[in-house]
Amino acid sequence: MNRRRFLIGGATAAGALIVGYGLWPSRRLLHANMMAAKPGERFLATWIKIANDGAITVVIPHCDMGTGIFTSLSQMAAEELDADWSTVHAEAAPADPLFANTPMAEGFALEEANVKLDSIPSVLHGTTANSMRIIAEYMDLQTTGGSSAVRFTGMYGMRIAGAAVREMLMKAAAAQMAASVAAFRTEKSRVIHVATGKSFGYGELATAAAQYAPSAHAALKARNQYTLVGKPVARFDIPAKVCGAANYGIDTKVPGMYFAAIRISPVFGGKLVSVNEAAAKGRRGVKQVIKLEDAALVVADRFWRAREAAAALEPVFDHGNNAQVSSHTIRDAHLEALKNGQRKVDRSTGSGADGLKEGKVVERIYNVPYLAHAAMEPANATALYTREGKLEVWAGTQDGLGSRAFCAKSAGLSLDRVTFHLLPSGGGFGRRLPGQWNFLTYAVKSAMAIPGVPVKLIFTREEDLQHDYYRPNVTCQLRATLAPGGVHAWACDYTTDDAPNEEAHIFYEVPNQVYSTVKLPAPVPTGPWRSVEASWHGFFVESFVDELAQEAGRDPVEFRRGLLQKKPRHLGTLNLAAEKSRWSSPLPAGRGRGIAMFECFGSVVAHVAEVEVGGDGKIKVDRVTSAIDCGMAVNPDGVRAQLEGAVVFGLSAALFGEITINDGAVVQRNFPDFSVVRLRECPEIDVYIHESDGPVGGVGEPGVPPVAPALVNAIFAATGMRIRELPVKNHSFRS
Amino acid sequence: MAIHLRVNGVDHEVDVEPDAPLLWVIRDELNLTGTKFGCGIAECGACTVHLNGKATRSCVITASSAENAEITTIEGLGAGGLTPVQQAWIEYQVPQCGYCQSGMIMAVSALLAENPAPTDEQLAAAITNICRCGTFPRLRAAVRSLAKSKLPGDRP
Repeated sequence: MNRRRFLIGGATAAGALIVGYGLWPSRRLLHANMMAAKPGERFLATWIKIANDGAITVVIPHCDMGTGIFTSLSQMAAEELDADWSTVHAEAAPADPLFANTPMAEGFALEEANVKLDSIPSVLHGTTANSMRIIAEYMDLQTTGGSSAVRFTGMYGMRIAGAAVREMLMKAAAAQMAASVAAFRTEKSRVIHVATGKSFGYGELATAAAQYAPSAHAALKARNQYTLVGKPVARFDIPAKVCGAANYGIDTKVPGMYFAAIRISPVFGGKLVSVNEAAAKGRRGVKQVIKLEDAALVVADRFWRAREAAAALEPVFDHGNNAQVSSHTIRDAHLEALKNGQRKVDRSTGSGADGLKEGKVVERIYNVPYLAHAAMEPANATALYTREGKLEVWAGTQDGLGSRAFCAKSAGLSLDRVTFHLLPSGGGFGRRLPGQWNFLTYAVKSAMAIPGVPVKLIFTREEDLQHDYYRPNVTCQLRATLAPGGVHAWACDYTTDDAPNEEAHIFYEVPNQVYSTVKLPAPVPTGPWRSVEASWHGFFVESFVDELAQEAGRDPVEFRRGLLQKKPRHLGTLNLAAEKSRWSSPLPAGRGRGIAMFECFGSVVAHVAEVEVGGDGKIKVDRVTSAIDCGMAVNPDGVRAQLEGAVVFGLSAALFGEITINDGAVVQRNFPDFSVVRLRECPEIDVYIHESDGPVGGVGEPGVPPVAPALVNAIFAATGMRIRELPVKNHSFRS
Repeated sequence: MAIHLRVNGVDHEVDVEPDAPLLWVIRDELNLTGTKFGCGIAECGACTVHLNGKATRSCVITASSAENAEITTIEGLGAGGLTPVQQAWIEYQVPQCGYCQSGMIMAVSALLAENPAPTDEQLAAAITNICRCGTFPRLRAAVRSLAKSKLPGDRP
């Protein structure tokens, strides 16, 4: 993500050791109380409010898109706070700079500096507290992405805030009894005077406690002292979601609201020439036709009326240069670039490319297609531009504060004239991250065309699928030479429309490595898709390692073990998946197992897929056995849910997923031609958590990359056929 | 033109075209937004409601065709408290983003009313709804537990 790179660039340019918890001074707490505290409750530190009745609210600088982070982040705060879990709930932070996600900025910066929090002397904590807050605010940072919530916001924010508030509550109790803080302990939202047993509820202490400044140095628990973190807890958001009571962006209701339907140039970069306004305007409920540079919209009093009128618009577009682009021209350009294009070396270790001079070179080319996100809630946003020149927007995005700043910029307004209401998202997967907000742009422009009237713009599924920001189509050439018991040299060349990917760099022990990119412009908009760069490098690397094992005449698990002797975390995860899948047990003919593993977003995941190839050549995935090492599983049931979901998401892509381009436009229109896994294709999925004391990793994304290679490796085991271009549906098999 | 709809036991008169899609009438005329828009062509099942107890994808049927039916939406399903399906959904922590879950729960509820103990195969054949978060393993586990409680000898 460019934003992340920019963020890190800004942070490291500051030159300081970047640590600081950004707990608020009292002046900022006052603003927070005015903005986001209800009567009878108040903020005690960033992210934590306590009410008079003892109710504890954890304020989350993220969106809820179904990964359960509102619950797991609350667990982390409540653990350090010694809160009574039954009184804890969570709410989304306002989209305001006051609630910019400082811990996330710290986390990314620390990751870049390869520094782990626990290894930093506490005397240095807080030294640059303000610099990170300034960066987070400057970046409008409230992003939910990069599997960063628990490992950054939780580790560097919620834990510290919880511990600070606990200390403030103890100070308040100590003052009341004129005793020292050391005379008290805390348990289940009570401060207890150890000697007398006299105790105070957090609610009764909250007002007095708020008079103290939150400290960035309050003692944190060791992992073995946790009683709440590490326990499977029920998610806060689920009861509303089984009753139809959860309100997503698309459910926004504003009095007097109109609806808009859109027709965007099917060819990327095309311009609107004309529309048949008369065909739309005579219809019941139609209010206005809006012509934008690359799209036409119909605004009506009901969505279906807007949609039908939009369908009748007969828009004419000037397609521009992209009309020459099709999937086969893209493929040819990739292969030509890898053959003759300008390569830029990104990294070289050992003797680099010279390592290929010894022994037989194994060479393979792999390709992954463009992919849409296809979240279940189609892109939508509601916007009101008042006659006083203020803008109010409602939508589900993966960055509330960033969205507000983006809408302000789109409208040419200052930030203080724009309000953004962040609502839960019906799936994100990267589609709602910064840089991919065409739905916000169109909604804001529509609202500004009809001042005083709220307008809800909803993309049809067809517009959503055809105007996404796609997972890039990437082609990769891998070359290697073998050594006794391992790999001697590894060379990786791949196409990119962006900077080199650190995810290309293998974690296996290979003495000579070289990585090069060939840059090509993207003829379609591209963007982050669940696991981003790892989604393609996982497929390339783990398919190729399997092929190398075959070349070496070795079992794929054994072969990997040989390359991971100095990596206990990886080895343990691999072994757990192998053991639980009964890797060595025989299978009948026509069936096969494949293994693959990957490390990304701070976690290691291994999958074993077991497939059955029928006499008719049909592939059935029977079972996927997964192991994850995420350092610490805050909510183990939530970790399992994310891994199950990652397997299904990865299988949808590997089996069926492709967006193809014809004459500059996306061919696929809706779910029949953009197939996804449904219940009948869903394998049994067993997830195992590899216990370790490693650094805390993410869980939303790391499960995706090893799915596709585990699948094709299993198909190879079952059929002897090697798939190097996804999706699997484009290949035919005989077992 | 007024169309008469009976939804969750309540009678409504709505002034819409006879061919207005039932989904949007439910969402935007009756303000029952638990029923979701996903694809508009009856592929994904996010808009599933019950018409006389039968699971029906409301995005492709017209309001007028539902005039004489007893319509139930997710809001009306557990009107007297959570149903066993909804309880199992909580117990097994099924939803993730939750957007498809109204439709899933409506589809599963209709199936179980007809066949209280479906096999995995019967379940997979009946429930063709799309979920992009991948909640299928938990959905299956939840339905297995409900089916088990219906089998003779297994009831407490």
